[in-house]
Amino acid sequence: MRAGPPEAIHVRAADNLRFIRDTMSRAAEFTAVPGWGGVVMGVTALATAALTGPPRDDLSSAAGGSWVAWWVGDAALAVLIGLVAMARKAHQAGMPLGGASARRFALALVPALAAGAVLTRVLIDEHLTHRLPGLWLLLYGAAVTSGGALSVRVVPLLGAACMTLGVAAFVSPPTWGHLYLAAGFGALQIGFGIVIARRYGG
Amino acid sequence: MARSALHQQAAAGRTKAPQERTTLALDRLIHERLRLGIVSALAVNAQLTFNELKRLLRTTDGNLSVHARKLEEAGYIDCDKTFDGRMPRTEYRLTAAGRRAFDKYLAHMDAIIKAARS
Repeated sequence: MRAGPPEAIHVRAADNLRFIRDTMSRAAEFTAVPGWGGVVMGVTALATAALTGPPRDDLSSAAGGSWVAWWVGDAALAVLIGLVAMARKAHQAGMPLGGASARRFALALVPALAAGAVLTRVLIDEHLTHRLPGLWLLLYGAAVTSGGALSVRVVPLLGAACMTLGVAAFVSPPTWGHLYLAAGFGALQIGFGIVIARRYGG
Repeated sequence: MARSALHQQAAAGRTKAPQERTTLALDRLIHERLRLGIVSALAVNAQLTFNELKRLLRTTDGNLSVHARKLEEAGYIDCDKTFDGRMPRTEYRLTAAGRRAFDKYLAHMDAIIKAARS
């Protein structure tokens, strides 16, 4: 049996370059997810939950208004901690934070968070503040799950766990809201942060 | 006449020479598919563990360790062996020599394709 004609050298070269591109793309998962940064975010959430207590629908009262303000403040702080931690981790690994994998990660993460911000405003206007813990956990979980699909394997698990807590918060008494927030944004974030830091670096 | 034909053949040979030289100068160490995969993956990651590489390149323990050792012996990659609790953990990173060799290999591939197009 005769062998087929030898493959042209440039065809093999092109095939090699395709293989290299494919390998580099699969290898370039976004790994700068914050480990210890996630732990710090979890600690601030636990502190906020302890300070604020259960959600209140009456935003005209000082306690009701400050409940939302505290959590929005904690969210802003968490974003800041997350960005600093990711930048630090990427720098230590000698990887650019503005790379293609980081952009894809951000694009997957941001839409659900933006939807959460809009719906927060809607629920506040409708005096449904007690629904916010479920909404926040569900949409944060959705954001982390989709972003995590482009990152290390443990990240989507954190997202799925937060989504589960969000659903549980919706079907539980409203007075438990801060406990779910403490469990999701606090305990889960700390637990997964430690796992990420130990397995994939700080 | 025969002499002129020989000259023509020689001239044709010379036109092919750059491509052939490129082929001959290829870094055979990187050219092998699995080793090329190891170096490509490490080119976009500061470090990767043995298991990460194994999963990424869909290969076996034995195959990966043989090829990684060859790259290590050539000074293209560094290997760091530690323990994560009781589990051994092997981390690889690309050395400066490895990155240079990889860049050179990419340039060779590019040159071959450009030569074929011209």
